[in-house]
Amino acid sequence: MPEDVPAIELDGVVKEYLAHGETVQAVKGVSLTIGEGEFFSLLGPSGCGKTTTMRMIAGFEEPTKGLVKLLGQDVTNVPPNKRDINMVFQSYALFPHMNVWENVAFGLRRKKVAEAEIKQRVGDILEIVDLTGREKRRPREMSGGQQQRVALARALVNRPRALLLDEPLGALDLKLRQQMQTELKRIQREVGITFVYVTHDQSEALTMSDRIAVMNDGLVEQLADPREIYERPASKFVAGFIGTSNLLSGTVDAVDGDLLVVRLGESDRILVPGQAAAGDTVDLTVRPEKITISTEQPEAGLSMVKGTVGELTYLGTYNSYAVALADGTEITVFQQNAIDSSVTAERGDTVWLSWRPQHSYTLS
Amino acid sequence: MRRWTPYWLALPAWLWLAIFLVVPIAAMASVSLTTGNLIDGFTQTFSVSNYTDAIAKYSTQLVRSLVYGGVATVIMLVLGYPVAYWIAFKAGHRKSMFLFLLLLPFFVSFVLRTISWGFLLADDGILFGTLKGWGVLPQDFHVLATTVAVIGGLVYNFLPFMILPIYVALERVDPRVIEASYDLYASRLSTFRRVVLPLSLPGVFAGVLMTFVPATADPINAQVLGGTSNTMIGNIVQTEYLVNNDYPTASAISFTLMAVLLIGIFIYARALGTENVLEAAAR
Repeated sequence: MPEDVPAIELDGVVKEYLAHGETVQAVKGVSLTIGEGEFFSLLGPSGCGKTTTMRMIAGFEEPTKGLVKLLGQDVTNVPPNKRDINMVFQSYALFPHMNVWENVAFGLRRKKVAEAEIKQRVGDILEIVDLTGREKRRPREMSGGQQQRVALARALVNRPRALLLDEPLGALDLKLRQQMQTELKRIQREVGITFVYVTHDQSEALTMSDRIAVMNDGLVEQLADPREIYERPASKFVAGFIGTSNLLSGTVDAVDGDLLVVRLGESDRILVPGQAAAGDTVDLTVRPEKITISTEQPEAGLSMVKGTVGELTYLGTYNSYAVALADGTEITVFQQNAIDSSVTAERGDTVWLSWRPQHSYTLS
Repeated sequence: MRRWTPYWLALPAWLWLAIFLVVPIAAMASVSLTTGNLIDGFTQTFSVSNYTDAIAKYSTQLVRSLVYGGVATVIMLVLGYPVAYWIAFKAGHRKSMFLFLLLLPFFVSFVLRTISWGFLLADDGILFGTLKGWGVLPQDFHVLATTVAVIGGLVYNFLPFMILPIYVALERVDPRVIEASYDLYASRLSTFRRVVLPLSLPGVFAGVLMTFVPATADPINAQVLGGTSNTMIGNIVQTEYLVNNDYPTASAISFTLMAVLLIGIFIYARALGTENVLEAAAR
């Protein structure tokens, strides 16, 4: 197989539904390519179209417009049972009348794989997901985490071209979820299969993915690796959806080379890389952990704003300050609880907030 | 104290069953073992000759009833399963309307419905009379007073009791489990055979039970739609009891029917009821 053929390719995919006599666009034109062996996430709030997009890859939905390609082959109208893709369902969807072994062997039996090989492969995959010895159990006799692993084994045993996972950890409690995140990543490395992971949980997506497509309202807002998505959100939506972000809005005072000088209040001066003319209004964002809080005026060359500490929250590894600016904008600042666990300012204190120009971004 | 509340609440129903089911059955069992007639009176003799005589005399009707009931049940299953499937998976938001339509005939009395079927099937009735008038059917064509009419009537009258339990079972099947089957390379037929059908078997089991038993024992359809050669065991009980006033024989036949049905159901439950069918489906 040539290197440059992507595992999955979506080309201008649109999905329309008829709901109460009205046409609703669930997916409004998504184009993306997912490489072989990649851990790819579709991330977004509920109703953003991520599940519909995944269901079109699986073949459960036919796109109204556009193409779905698997390893370069057009599979847009191929039914799910003829696609070399398997899916892990949100509620696992295990066959309740079959035991673990029969559940896992289901796909291989339908593909008429020889019984000896089925035995071998089911045994191997059950070992990978750590369920050896539980072959005779029925799904209802197992915990959520175990059912999850059966669902994973049932899909992976077929060695599909790609594995689709629809919020697979949603039903698990926090501890188990974190454990399964690491586990999933390990399994993916071990089997080397392309994973397409659908989630609304940004930390899950950031932890596991090679690349993330952030979706909103039927469109991909940003497609990049986790670091880029977090550090350089491309839109207001992405900045707001991923992690905690401070959104600021001000007027461009001057343009200094690559930097815009944005003024909010009298003593405030924000330097931000971007393209705009003096007099324009720009939106910009800066992450809470990039901001330094101090009671003295910072050195020149940094962005700086002045405000009053509202709420101070102790969160163990860090302190969180809510600082109100003169115009009422609230800025969140995280301060690492490093060696000295004292706090810089208390509630009601006037403080300076500063950050490097390259840590803030203008938003479209 | 509170944990006894459910038992107290169930008490009226238990009493009801005890008084109106257990007591009459016991009384009937006693009657079935008496000898005598209405004029001289009946004496408790514990003689089983009522049973042996009744079986010897009416075995034809008994076997005929089981065959009619069985054939009607199979037809109902074949007709009813697709209807239940369609309502459960394809009817969308009009589901409750179709369920209501299914129950609509119950607003009319059972006997009346059967009689109206009689009108419909009459040799010169609105249906066949018209068709004969057009020359579509030969003049000697008739359905009324035949086996076809009786089994047809049974199917018509009991069909909803087959559809409803199957519908309930299908309705409980998680659509994602069906999708999972397609996803795992199963064709539509294979998905039905290995996933949908096995998961709906409890409904099929209940449906067969709820139709086979009353259809086999039913006297109305044979009486209204059948001829002299279609007499079923229910008609015999009726005649012996109400016309001949031979209470011991009527009771003995009733008990024989009950025993045959119970044994039949037991065998059926062992064969189809449980694990082995599901296990066969898992392969």
